[in-house]
Amino acid sequence: MRLIKTLMAAATALAVTAFVAPTFAADDPGPAAYAQALKGKRVMLVPLAMGFDLAQGWAHYLKTEVEAWGGVFETRDPNWVVDAGAQAITDAISSDTRPDVLIIHAPDLNSYSKLMKKAQAAGTYVLLVDNPANFPADAFVGSDWDRLGQLEAEAAIKGCGENSSKKIGLVQGDQANSSSLYQYAGIMKVLDKHPDFKVVAKPDSNWDATTSRNVTTTMLQQNPDICSIIDFWDGDATGASAAIRDAKLEGKVFLVTTGGGEKAADCDKLQDGTYGAVVMTELARQSGDMNAIIKFLLQSGQPAGTSHTYIYTLEKATTKADLKPDSCWDLKALQAEAAAK
Amino acid sequence: MSAIGWPNFRSLNQEGIVFAIAVVLFVAAAFGLPGFIDPNNLVAIVRSVSVLGILALGMAVVIIGRGIDLSAVAIMAMSVAWYLQLLNSGTPDGLAFAYVLAGVLAIGLLNGFLVAYADVPAIFVTLATGSFVFGYVRSQLITQDAVPVPQGHWVELLGGLRFLDIPVEVFVFAGLAFLIFLFLRYTKWGRYIYFAGDNPVAARNIGIPVRPMLVLRYVLSAFVAFIAGLLTAASLHSINTRVVNSTLLYDIVLVAVIGGIGLSGGRGGVRNVLVGAALIGILLNAMTIIDIPLLYQNLIKAAILLGAIIVDGIINPRDEQTAQQGDI
Repeated sequence: MRLIKTLMAAATALAVTAFVAPTFAADDPGPAAYAQALKGKRVMLVPLAMGFDLAQGWAHYLKTEVEAWGGVFETRDPNWVVDAGAQAITDAISSDTRPDVLIIHAPDLNSYSKLMKKAQAAGTYVLLVDNPANFPADAFVGSDWDRLGQLEAEAAIKGCGENSSKKIGLVQGDQANSSSLYQYAGIMKVLDKHPDFKVVAKPDSNWDATTSRNVTTTMLQQNPDICSIIDFWDGDATGASAAIRDAKLEGKVFLVTTGGGEKAADCDKLQDGTYGAVVMTELARQSGDMNAIIKFLLQSGQPAGTSHTYIYTLEKATTKADLKPDSCWDLKALQAEAAAK
Repeated sequence: MSAIGWPNFRSLNQEGIVFAIAVVLFVAAAFGLPGFIDPNNLVAIVRSVSVLGILALGMAVVIIGRGIDLSAVAIMAMSVAWYLQLLNSGTPDGLAFAYVLAGVLAIGLLNGFLVAYADVPAIFVTLATGSFVFGYVRSQLITQDAVPVPQGHWVELLGGLRFLDIPVEVFVFAGLAFLIFLFLRYTKWGRYIYFAGDNPVAARNIGIPVRPMLVLRYVLSAFVAFIAGLLTAASLHSINTRVVNSTLLYDIVLVAVIGGIGLSGGRGGVRNVLVGAALIGILLNAMTIIDIPLLYQNLIKAAILLGAIIVDGIINPRDEQTAQQGDI
């Protein structure tokens, strides 16, 4: 009897379970928890400036995603002025609408360290993007600049070839920005392994195209047989390319640079032969990484500053030969899309 | 002095000192640096300071009239950025050019009007209009920092122009220098600028149209800045408005002032700009050939400039007149 009762109870339980099972899917706790953790959360991006391709691309992808989960996305535009960026961060931390996630594009290794610490103390997660800094942020998303420099050097060596002069010129950015310093270190690592290749000059452009043109002109004047030049940013490599054009060395000097993979800035110039190779950041993927870590942090419940994650974007040197229709993203298309909304 | 065998240093002014330093540097570089004396390198030197020199010419005219134009770099970059943006968005070339030219002249007029008729000090007026021009154009008229020149446009072709293998901006610099020299030296209005700069009240009392001339100078400076911007875009096939945040503005004032154009007005001319530009050009080129890092380049540049000013202060002590009227 007892056995029968037990069996019947078990059967009922099974039946109930079987009956409930279909509604179980509708009660997936995921979306509710997700919405509860994310809804109304504020994300702020403070890049070096809002006026260049990388920042505009990040802002586009972040905004789309953040607004889709019901958050608030804001940007601040320091317009390349370090003080203005510091002011924007200070204001953000102390305002009533303090952001829950602050994404910072650091101008150098140290400037914002104290402010970022303050932000974390106030409960804001701090993400560093693109430029590393001497600060344990909740996450760093961006390029491994050392690796990026190595890729550039490898592309330059390949572009020069075995039967070339094996002379390489560098147009560095400056001596303060981590992206410039680490890029240089990466390049030298590769060149140390290829002792037959020599760096004949390594002036700074201070990220300015006219300066890049002037120093490259002098460099080519002194060493007309240079086989490759590595300029540290596509923003000023237009200057180096102008110098090469003026010296009538187009096609003889293999120009390598790095950039955000924007169509007009990078792919078009690979196509027309201005650049020999560009180490491009896959912007959509990098923004996707940021979106993922933001969603993770906001749901984690951990206090700001608990964990430190490095998410390096996959980089590769693209040349004209391996250019594909989707190698670049198109800023104009994104702007048109934003304007159409 | 000459009694104990020293040369007469009293006859040396700042222009002379800077010229001497430039010559010494040139000779030292010619002997010490391989490839420096190469004609192509000499052309590269002149070219590297052409745009700077053109801007300094405009600045010189304003400074001689006892003013200063701190909006020059903003006008240079933003006018051309706006022009290229209009072209890229399909505005007909003639119309776009007319808009931008009108904008440039309007800012020059505004600068001049506020200084001449509202009696606001030039340093504040032009600082404000410079920020305004940058802010307005950057936020309302263009979408990003760098604006490319449309493919095949005349600005791009201008950049490729060469005569005897010499880039076009060298000729523009030379031509403008000559024109401004003629204007300052041989025209009535040119001479009046010196009178007005030396003593504005006296100039006005003898019937010189001091105020309209002041307006003219700022319009001229704005126009020269626009030309400099076009040449920059021509060479680089794009213009980057980030240059407004750079030290270019200080370099312009520097070229004019180390060449010996006094900030108190009424003194100097085109020759001073050429001497100042020569020193900067030779210095930067030599340091790039030696491959000195940028940080040290700035240090060396600053040290030489400071040296020139100190030596000038010693051999040309401030007199009663400068003490009374003061610098800017």
